[in-house]
Amino acid sequence: MRKAHPLAGIIAGAARLISGVHVRWLDSQPNARQTIYFANHTSHLDFVVLWSSLPAEIRVRTRPVAAQDYWDKGLRRALAVNVFRAVLVARHQNSEEDHAAAANPRQAIDHMLNAMGTDDSLIIFPEGTRGTGGEVAAFKSGLYYLAQHQPGLRLVPAHLNNLNRILPKGEFLPVPFISRLTFGPPISLEPDEPKASFLTRARSAVCRLKEI
Amino acid sequence: MTNLDPQLVWAFAGVLGLLAISTIIGLVLKAAIKKPEAQATIGNLNARIGAWWIMTLIFALTLVISPMGSFVLFGLMSFLALREYVTLLPTRRADHRTLFWTFFIFTPLQYFLIGIHWYGMFAILIPVYAFLFVPTRLAIAGDTESFLERAATIQWGLMICVYCLSYAPALLMLKIPGYGPDAKLLLYLVLVDQLSDVLQYVWGKMLGRHKIAPVVSPNKTWEGFVGGVLSATAIGTALWWMTPFRPAVAAAVALTIALMGFAGGLTMSAIKRDRGVKDYGTLIQGHGGILDRMDSMCFAAPIFFHLVRYFYQR
Repeated sequence: MRKAHPLAGIIAGAARLISGVHVRWLDSQPNARQTIYFANHTSHLDFVVLWSSLPAEIRVRTRPVAAQDYWDKGLRRALAVNVFRAVLVARHQNSEEDHAAAANPRQAIDHMLNAMGTDDSLIIFPEGTRGTGGEVAAFKSGLYYLAQHQPGLRLVPAHLNNLNRILPKGEFLPVPFISRLTFGPPISLEPDEPKASFLTRARSAVCRLKEI
Repeated sequence: MTNLDPQLVWAFAGVLGLLAISTIIGLVLKAAIKKPEAQATIGNLNARIGAWWIMTLIFALTLVISPMGSFVLFGLMSFLALREYVTLLPTRRADHRTLFWTFFIFTPLQYFLIGIHWYGMFAILIPVYAFLFVPTRLAIAGDTESFLERAATIQWGLMICVYCLSYAPALLMLKIPGYGPDAKLLLYLVLVDQLSDVLQYVWGKMLGRHKIAPVVSPNKTWEGFVGGVLSATAIGTALWWMTPFRPAVAAAVALTIALMGFAGGLTMSAIKRDRGVKDYGTLIQGHGGILDRMDSMCFAAPIFFHLVRYFYQR
């Protein structure tokens, strides 16, 4: 059994307090099986809040995938690596590089699969970058490739509401709003399902949680 | 432990006795009534009673420890109430820094001013300084979309959640000749105000037929209003011994508290309906959020404070 970082409980509690998060599991249960939680992305707080809202015994085996350029320095790095055990991946700053990366997504996927090993779960944000809190952007392919490589994975959609208001893009001081995190029922990749239709389905599994 | 005044202890003992009786009634109802549609109401009733125990213990502890305890408690409630309120608002990105000021500068400052007994500044910090600051800061942010609406909603939030609510612990800075400790006055306000809410709910559930404002608040009925206000007034009168008032004055004051409390509940409900929600939050089991519980207090506290200050402070 993996031991949680001694600060993990305190940090998770503080994150839940600051974000005032109200967690709901709709037709879905916390489960210790290997899972990929995928959610909409509007704030640097997203994975912290999602991770903090998981039950402690599941949290200790759940690793968020986070942007290397933001989390790989100073105190943030210490937190990301030691407490959250984040999997840091390089982001691509412009769309041209994005296309180049899309041609060879293998590296990032392998990195994530390695990080998961045989019993860790992941938190990912398939939009790839933070939105403004309005429409959820189209999903990048990572989720599809992960599901394809490891067919037994549970894929749990989650919707985060209001975190963009607590700490919007470009702000460094948070304002307290009450946020909401909704987990939905797991989805899975159908045999022979085309990539595009799977990603659309995954995206709508996240979006529908906003309205319920 | 400066506040262990015998009258204060008696009043709290009364509240605990009342809670014990309510708990027993709740349990009996739960065991006796099996109709599924009544079960939901009784479940909510018992959740409310459970929450009352916790709220009473927290309030009693802070009141007994020292005035500072009450300042911190009400300050925290203002903070949480304001958070529930702004969460419902359609705030825009450009409001971020202004909101930061309201939460982290004006709210603590208001309670700090009570703590240092600076009445003159306490009374104008929000209606003068914050009211001018908020629109100015919004203008600097440069977004003019729905400008007046945004400024007004933030101002109103500060007014209700912070300014009005802070009048409750501000009672502790009044100096009334021959009366003390002032903690009794705060307890009296909280008792009459909250009992009025509870009794309106109880009367309404038992006899409620005619709705007062079906669009704004479907649960408020004339029977609940009249029964609740009159019985709260009766209790407030019977508690005259813990106040500086004569019994007749206590009756008038208790009636005012109950009526203002009703006004607060109705007004804050209108905001909830406008924003399309049932409750402001989920913090207090069975009750909703802080603002759902304190809406009546926000209206009753300032009026009660100024009545007492005008007529009794020398």
